Amino acid sequence: MFAAERIKELIEQDLPDCTARVSDDANDGEHFSAEVVSSAFEGVMRVQQHRMVYQALGQHMYKDIHALALRTFTPDQWPY
Amino acid sequence: MSDTQNQIKEMVETSPVFLFMKGTPDFPQCGFSNQAVSILNHLNVPFQSFNVLDNMDIRSGIKEYAQWPTIPQLYIKGTFVGGSDLMMEMYQSGELDKLLQFEES
Repeated sequence: MFAAERIKELIEQDLPDCTARVSDDANDGEHFSAEVVSSAFEGVMRVQQHRMVYQALGQHMYKDIHALALRTFTPDQWPY
Repeated sequence: MSDTQNQIKEMVETSPVFLFMKGTPDFPQCGFSNQAVSILNHLNVPFQSFNVLDNMDIRSGIKEYAQWPTIPQLYIKGTFVGGSDLMMEMYQSGELDKLLQFEES
C-alpha cells in the first residue's frame, strides 16, 4: 500500500519549481495518476520528462507502484 | 551488453514498429497494453509484438533498456517512443501518425 501523498512528496522534492497532483484512482494503493508541472521540463522531450518523474520515484516505481498514469507540463502549459 | 539486452536491441531494430506488451494483440492482459494495441490498430499500423508475461528476462530487461519502468513500450525504427500515456497524447496530437508515416513512403 502506497499513498498518493507520498508520491507527491517524492516528485516535488526532486524536481525544481514543481507541483504534482496525484490521485489514487482505484483507491487500492497501486494504481495512481499524476499531473506534474516543473520548470525542469522546459526544452525537454516528453519521453525524458516522464523519465525524470520516474527517477524521482526511484525503486518505488518498480516495487510499490503498479501503474502511474502520467501527464507532464512546463509552467506555461500548466492548466490550473 | 548482456545477451538479453542484445536480444532486445535486435527485436526493436529488425521491425519498424515494435510493441512490448502484456498479453498478445488479440488478447491483451492489461488495460494499458490494450490501449496501446487499440491506438496502433486505429492508425492501421502493422506491428510486431512480444508478450513479456512469457519471459521474465525480457520483462525486466526492457525496463533497463529503455530506462523506463513500465509496460507497454513502443519502439519505432529502434527508438523508444513511450508507454501508453505518451502514445495516447501523441495519437491525439497527431504526432504518432506523423512518426509512422514512413510506412507508406
